[in-house]
Amino acid sequence: MKIVVATKQVPERDALVRIDAAGKWIDESDLQYALNEPDAYALEEALQLKEKHGGEVVVVSAGPERVGSTIREALAKGADRAIRIDCDDLGAWDSLGVARLLAAAVKPENPDLILTGLQSDDLGYGQTGVVLAELLGLPHASLILHVEMTDAGFTVKRELEEGWFQTVELPTPAVLTIQSGGNKLRYATLMGIKRAKTKEVRCVTPAELGIEAAPIAVLERVTLPQKQKSTQILSGSAKEAAAALVEKLKFEVRVL
Amino acid sequence: MSGVWVVLEEREGRIGRISWEAIAAGQQLGAQTGLQVNAATVGAQTEPLAAEAAAKALARVMRVEHPLLAVYTADGFSLALEQLFRAEQPDYVIFPHTYRVRDYAPALAARLGQPLIGDVVAVGEGPVFTRQLMQGRLNGGYRHLGDGPCFFSVQAGAFRAEATETGKAEVATFTPVIEPAQIRTRPGERFRGSAQTVDLGSASLIVSVGRGIKDPENIPLVQELATALGAELAASRPICDNGWLPLERQVGSSGQTVSPKLYLAVGISGAIQHLVGMKGSQCVVAINKDPDAPIFEVADYGIVGDLFEVVPALTDAVKAAKQ
Repeated sequence: MKIVVATKQVPERDALVRIDAAGKWIDESDLQYALNEPDAYALEEALQLKEKHGGEVVVVSAGPERVGSTIREALAKGADRAIRIDCDDLGAWDSLGVARLLAAAVKPENPDLILTGLQSDDLGYGQTGVVLAELLGLPHASLILHVEMTDAGFTVKRELEEGWFQTVELPTPAVLTIQSGGNKLRYATLMGIKRAKTKEVRCVTPAELGIEAAPIAVLERVTLPQKQKSTQILSGSAKEAAAALVEKLKFEVRVL
Repeated sequence: MSGVWVVLEEREGRIGRISWEAIAAGQQLGAQTGLQVNAATVGAQTEPLAAEAAAKALARVMRVEHPLLAVYTADGFSLALEQLFRAEQPDYVIFPHTYRVRDYAPALAARLGQPLIGDVVAVGEGPVFTRQLMQGRLNGGYRHLGDGPCFFSVQAGAFRAEATETGKAEVATFTPVIEPAQIRTRPGERFRGSAQTVDLGSASLIVSVGRGIKDPENIPLVQELATALGAELAASRPICDNGWLPLERQVGSSGQTVSPKLYLAVGISGAIQHLVGMKGSQCVVAINKDPDAPIFEVADYGIVGDLFEVVPALTDAVKAAKQ
């Protein structure tokens, strides 16, 4: 079975983000990047399926050269090879444009299964996988926690709202967007890191894929959110702040 | 072009609250643009839903009906609405941002050559669509270029369901052409993950823990605070994903929705998926080291500091106050 995992590199979760001088995106200098967390779960699901059923795991990712570090991480964890879509101006592409890039890169691979995280931690569009399926003419299921292969295709566990789940059956090939938490994530082993250095990372450009950025939804301005409530910050040492909070809980919230 | 269309979603046999909010967004956009506002219900038999919606100030309510739409599938819903919107040529299509909409609306939009502007929290003049970036830490203002229909979905709670204007809409029926073979997936019945033995929904005091706790060995620190307060212990998704606390203690869009008198969030940054589960709390207290964490946007009281210092101090202070 050939599995393609579409991944994205995003700013680290704990990174302090600042709006850039133009007010159009975040200041990318000194920013640390990591593999988008839901994509890490998609990769894990792919690696486990490969271990069970054999086959190949191909990672595809769009972005500038720095994306190479998260690609190497995926290869070190056990992916077999990778395709990087060389794109310095990912911000100039909308969700449909990025899905078109990925579709063009993935199509010649003819995979049996395409996995991706359900959303990215930075832009959070939550639609790349679903649009990718549409562009490739494949069936899809979203918010998936568990994948099982059957004779006819796949049986997957889909998360619904408020603690409900559902089983969905799909034929092969299919696209699944993976929800966090379905599996335990693995670490790369030293041997894996060593092996990753010799694995193939093919680089293609949007022009080679025949796709142009023609954004319809354009991010014009980035701002700080307005507070919904005026938060009273209790300052001082930990002890002072704790004492001040207990006063509030006792006399204003009246729960003590 | 036929103005604004709002696609409604059913919850327990009635129009769900977030769909009323989507109508409110549609009516606001209608007032801004001077376009007429319509709604669509999708299913095998949607007469009661359409009747509910027809009592609002809408031009038309379209019942998009086909036996193959009785059970939700992304293929069925995309196909049916694609046919409706090719016929109606809308200017704007609005969805409630539900799990179901996330599953099919991006594919539907792509069929019409459009991206979906998802999870919108405000629609300003222009129109400029505001949606959250970086897990709620920043807002982004989006504009839609070109003349194709503009698809967007609205976040739960962003528009006021009470703000919908009443009226009387004409009800019509649209019958899409769908062949059984076009539905490629087979959905099963809904089921619960595990028996819910913890009912956080009725708890009056909740102490909730997030990523900031760093290690499962540190959970007892927060448990002690909960015990001192007489509160239930809850958690954000990553804590339950890691198996540090059972899934039944998870608060948020995929877990339980709570509305206690006190919600004390420890080391929770406040991603929207978490906020939707607890923003009905009467009083929110946040303890977090990052002063820009979105949890402070909904907090009444905040302590900016190291939870490993603040929580033990707070446990001691609560114990002393209770003696």
